[in-house]
Amino acid sequence: MKPRLRIPAPHRRGFLSAAAGLLGVSALGGCDRFAVTPTGRQTLRLGEDANLFVQRLLLTPASLAKEFPDSEISPWFKPNGTVDPQDRDYKSLAGQNFGNWKLRVDGLVETPQDLSLADLRALPARTQTTRHDCVEGWSAIGKWTGVPLAEVLKRAGLKPEARYIVFHCADTMEYSMSGESENANPGMTARAEGDENQASDSKAAGAEAPDADEPTGTPIRYYESIDLTDAYHPQTILAYDLNGKALPVSNGAPLRLRVERQLGYKQAKYVMRIEVRDSLKGIGEGGGGYWEDRGYEWYAGI
Amino acid sequence: MAAGSALAKDDVVETVRRRWMFRHPLVIRFAHWINVVCLAILLMSGLQIFNAHPALYWGAASTFDTPFVAITDDQRDDGSARGVTYVAGKSFDTSGWLGLSTFNGEATGRAFPAWMTVPAHQDLATGRRWHFLFAWAFVINGLIYLIYGIGTGQLRRRLIPDGDQMRGFGSSIREHLTLHFPEGDEAKRYNVLQKLTYFVVVLILLPLMLVTGLSMSPGVNAVVPLPDLFGGRQSARTIHFIVTNLLVLFVIVHVLLVLASGVWNNMRSMLTGWYVIERRKLPAGPEKIR
Repeated sequence: MKPRLRIPAPHRRGFLSAAAGLLGVSALGGCDRFAVTPTGRQTLRLGEDANLFVQRLLLTPASLAKEFPDSEISPWFKPNGTVDPQDRDYKSLAGQNFGNWKLRVDGLVETPQDLSLADLRALPARTQTTRHDCVEGWSAIGKWTGVPLAEVLKRAGLKPEARYIVFHCADTMEYSMSGESENANPGMTARAEGDENQASDSKAAGAEAPDADEPTGTPIRYYESIDLTDAYHPQTILAYDLNGKALPVSNGAPLRLRVERQLGYKQAKYVMRIEVRDSLKGIGEGGGGYWEDRGYEWYAGI
Repeated sequence: MAAGSALAKDDVVETVRRRWMFRHPLVIRFAHWINVVCLAILLMSGLQIFNAHPALYWGAASTFDTPFVAITDDQRDDGSARGVTYVAGKSFDTSGWLGLSTFNGEATGRAFPAWMTVPAHQDLATGRRWHFLFAWAFVINGLIYLIYGIGTGQLRRRLIPDGDQMRGFGSSIREHLTLHFPEGDEAKRYNVLQKLTYFVVVLILLPLMLVTGLSMSPGVNAVVPLPDLFGGRQSARTIHFIVTNLLVLFVIVHVLLVLASGVWNNMRSMLTGWYVIERRKLPAGPEKIR
């Protein structure tokens, strides 16, 4: 007969462990409830704040995104987000092959600029074959040619208060329903300034009144922003060519931003106006970009 | 003590001596449980992030037509929806599990089901916030563990097999297969399979998760060309996913072995530090260790 072995079961400890386990499971279920509280939102941001802090510590103007040989260019550069803007102003510009398109550069600058595609192509150019990393996880490699943003900013001349470069784009992402009633909500101030920007867009585009059958409300067009650190980086360019040909509409014609050390949603397409500002307040909800105002991080270095 | 009131004449009475051993110092215990929380949230928020583009590729860029792994949903011949998982060109119907699952009572096309992801609903932005916050916690916790472990010699004791243990490799495999674990003095140290597994997990797989994760950062790439280590950013993303699976496999085996080798003793030692060594003793003759 086998000797029997008896170990007293520590029931209390067992109960405690089981309770701890249950607590753990319900804590995971509580993650989503925590995430929507103000404290939760603040806490969750800490990780991304640390990302920005550490990357700014490590990155110098000489830290370049990898440039690839032409042989690695993706056969198809996946267009994402807006691929065919339906905005009337944009469609009419595209119909004339952007011959009437002009890039407006204003805000905190000494000399506001209106630059045609021909003007931009006459400026010094940079070509770079880089990898585009979408926040969703995929990558595509393309060869971009364009004018360094620094060249354009140099011509406009920044005022000393300048801190951010904001890109206003032609493509409508959605319609805000507060268009008519001016005092409808606390976001009014932001909206009113948004309307101003949009009015300038329309002026730059030489637009007319919107069609009656267009959706009601104020169009929210894509917008993005970077700070001066990225604006003056040598690989930050306003690209007009992709893979040696004029940028196609699906990839952001006639001009898109390339800020190579950040994710895809920073690479604003259909750029109409560059506004130099001292803060991001008053642009959309203040997050600094369309996706930023919908929960994504302003600094998209990871 | 041997039990039973009706002992036959030829029964051998065996005594079991219980010796307490302080096995897990406070830092190790804290590091272990913080890691449990970190890895759980990193896994679930990672699956949320994966769901934003549920396909894996090899190389620097994505080859959208020929993914290495893809999880999606389509329609059967009769028009009903199904979840489908592609692996290396082969497709599998994974309805209810991968590609198509029930969320709030409705069949929803999504790669990993809602109960596996943080947040439960599709929300890439919040998933990323969870992921990065707990990635930082994981890294800081891991650094404390490593510095402490190296400084005190705990790491070497826990992860590096002793010379005599390597010779007992075969018998250790046999012990695991038959779920008979060492007792007595031999139970004072981790066995050789245990040490090698912890070595691979602690010093290879977990650091690989960090490095492949950082390989996906365009900012970090501009400082250190990490993707080149793995054959490109998309390869790094694929390895990040494969290693995730290996870690999940490790956790399953780890928990099963904890259950099989004395759940309360193991739990007590990871909560309080104290572990009980069983020593069976026969009344006559030398002490026997199994």
